[in-house]
Amino acid sequence: MRREIVTSILAVLVITVLCGILYPLFIAGVGQVAFPGNANGQKVYVNGRLVGSKIIGQSFRRPVLEKNGKPKEEEEEIVTEADPRYFQSRPSATEGGEYNAAASTFSNRGPNNKSTEEADAEYLKEYLEREKPYDTGLTAAAVPVDAVSTSASNLDPQISKANALIQAHRVAAVRRLPLSQVESLISKYTSGRGLGFSGEPGVDVLELNLALDRLTGGSA
Amino acid sequence: MTVSGWATIILFAVILTALALPLGSYMAKVYTGQRVFLTPLLGRPERLMYRLVRTDPEQGQDWKRYAGSLLLFSLGGWLLLYLIVRTQNAFYVPHALNPLGYKSGTWNVSFNTVSSFVTNTNWQYYSGETTMTYFSQMVGLTVQNFVSAGAGICVAAALIRGIVGRSGKTIGNFWQDIVRTILYVLLPISIVGAIILLSQGVIDNFSTYLTAHTVTGLTQTIAMGPVASQEVIKELGTNGGGFFNVNSAHPFENPNGFTNLVEMLLVLVIPAALVFMYGRMARNRKQGYAIYGVMMFMFLGAVAVAYVAEAHGSPAQHAAGIHTHVISGSTGGNLEGKEQRFGIAGSALFDTITTVTSCGAVNSAIESFTGIGGAVPMANLSASEVIFGGTGTGLYSMLLYVLLAVFIGGLMVGRTPEWLGKKIEAREVKLAGLGILITPLAALFATAMGVATKAGRASISELGGVHKPQGFSETFYAYLSQANNNGSAFAGYTGYIQPNAGNAGAHGVTFADLLGGFDMLFARFAPILFVLAVAGALAGKKVSPAGLGTMRTDNPTFAVLLIGVVVLVGALTFFPALLLGPIVQGLTGHLY
Repeated sequence: MRREIVTSILAVLVITVLCGILYPLFIAGVGQVAFPGNANGQKVYVNGRLVGSKIIGQSFRRPVLEKNGKPKEEEEEIVTEADPRYFQSRPSATEGGEYNAAASTFSNRGPNNKSTEEADAEYLKEYLEREKPYDTGLTAAAVPVDAVSTSASNLDPQISKANALIQAHRVAAVRRLPLSQVESLISKYTSGRGLGFSGEPGVDVLELNLALDRLTGGSA
Repeated sequence: MTVSGWATIILFAVILTALALPLGSYMAKVYTGQRVFLTPLLGRPERLMYRLVRTDPEQGQDWKRYAGSLLLFSLGGWLLLYLIVRTQNAFYVPHALNPLGYKSGTWNVSFNTVSSFVTNTNWQYYSGETTMTYFSQMVGLTVQNFVSAGAGICVAAALIRGIVGRSGKTIGNFWQDIVRTILYVLLPISIVGAIILLSQGVIDNFSTYLTAHTVTGLTQTIAMGPVASQEVIKELGTNGGGFFNVNSAHPFENPNGFTNLVEMLLVLVIPAALVFMYGRMARNRKQGYAIYGVMMFMFLGAVAVAYVAEAHGSPAQHAAGIHTHVISGSTGGNLEGKEQRFGIAGSALFDTITTVTSCGAVNSAIESFTGIGGAVPMANLSASEVIFGGTGTGLYSMLLYVLLAVFIGGLMVGRTPEWLGKKIEAREVKLAGLGILITPLAALFATAMGVATKAGRASISELGGVHKPQGFSETFYAYLSQANNNGSAFAGYTGYIQPNAGNAGAHGVTFADLLGGFDMLFARFAPILFVLAVAGALAGKKVSPAGLGTMRTDNPTFAVLLIGVVVLVGALTFFPALLLGPIVQGLTGHLY
């Protein structure tokens, strides 16, 4: 019995060194040497300033300014509005403001909950109000589901191609670009399925928006 | 529903089988002490490890000594992990491994977390990036991801030896099994898997969290960490505890459709391979194929139901005026709580895979699944995770059902039940029956406590609603998941309240933390004891040659009988509870 106890303690320690120190350090080392960009989060810089990660979704809303030029706040949170020059990400319900990548959370909205319906209806109304002035034929039936639902991580970096093609009308009009040029940019930043069958194609919102800024100059 | 959606599901099953077959033969060699292609590389480290832990690997153990070693080893792991998570900010933790200065978790939530990782459950009341230091994740949680999975595989190997053995009382040596499992199976696959994930964008670093200034003038803080090394064993060991709160939905854990496929394969490859290993070790591969057929049939049925239900969309979406059909450039369906890059099929498939196994990782919010879609994970758990199941746990639980089916079949045709030439008698049937019934008992008892007491109802989320079907589903799912050592959740259910990141000022919900913690420990180790006792009882039996009257356990008739037994036990036990929650919601368009 005593022998077994000694062996147990030693086994826990030896395996901790092997699987908890040597193995993770080895993998981290491989990451830093062979795939440093990936391992460090695919950081995206504009003019030397870190603007986000290529694969972490972010908000393209902008702070609403008071008359004195300071950002308006309500209940200690900055009030924002959609920035019409940019493609908008999916709705996000992380705590502490949208797209809080320091604390990912599920929204946990039940399929039969009244509160889910209310949130969904609000998203649909906002989307139509934002896009319909530029895409006059737009109806609720054409609004893709990703545009009016929160994602799992609430950090989804992508939107569907259907969603992007609707928003293209607004972005092209505001930026005074031909629609076809914006559409071809969308195609350029649409990723395919894994091995041709796994998952769904999606449009990388940050990369698309940065490409537009490079084309016409943005706020950055 | 789309063609590519169905293609994903079919191709997944094909690729899985193609990988599991050779892995099964490889593992059969590992657990019978034969040379494998890694022996020249790993033989020396293996012998070194036996010397370091001062044990003689060749010494056979009977079932009691095997169980004793396993329990002592798990207890040691429990104590070390508790020490690590309770002293997160102690002096010996280097700053680089706690860059944000997080404090330790409270005693109650730590009890739950530690019990959860030691039992291969990985139920998470805490949220990774706001409570755990890199040190805890790496030196604490990652290690238990390896060893809890390894212990399950050891028990399965021991049971197989008992079933097929002709050597009297011994069922192997636990120390040899656990060392070989880690060195020859888990580590090599983890290293290859982690490198594949790194190449696709899974992060692995020790940086502090990034601060980005976005083009529209907002700031975004982005969590970092040594993710890839833990991500791969989280899947491979059917553990399921995400580095980040949202688990495999997080782009840093699961960046694209390809990694989604890789992670799903990692989850199922060992549970599937173990079935083939059983056939090999029984010297009759058809025994393995029969069980594999049963598992695959039930698995594909579950996936199909989940996919159809999720592609249909939810009542809340329809009431809000959202159209959920497929349009050009959009997959449609219930995309609430799902990621664009995985779509409906990739989400339904992933969450079915991780709930038939004991993995419990998720790439989409199960709480937001439709009533019927959400009933699929619950039904999977209700079947006690024998549809592939966890690493080791799935096979040994399924073999208990096989024993029960052999017994029932024997009674039906009026012959002494025999299994691979060994007579099944009262002792084995009693032990197997108890082993099968403990998990449902633990799940239902805890659910009853959770909904019947005020302290239990405190954990139900505001959105779910204490007296609503969703609130019941949350509670039921929580204890079903913990009792089955799964770890997936209707994540609104809470056992930890944390106003700020880093544990300062946080407190656990003692009732939920302890009830869940004890539930996991009981439902993990009690069945293991019964399984090892069955192994011990069978190991000593004589083998009689099969005759004309022997009931075969490797043909389609037996497979159908086995499905019947699994479904009947699960349905009779859980149907009333399933009716109260998800099925009510699935059958109505009513909103609560």
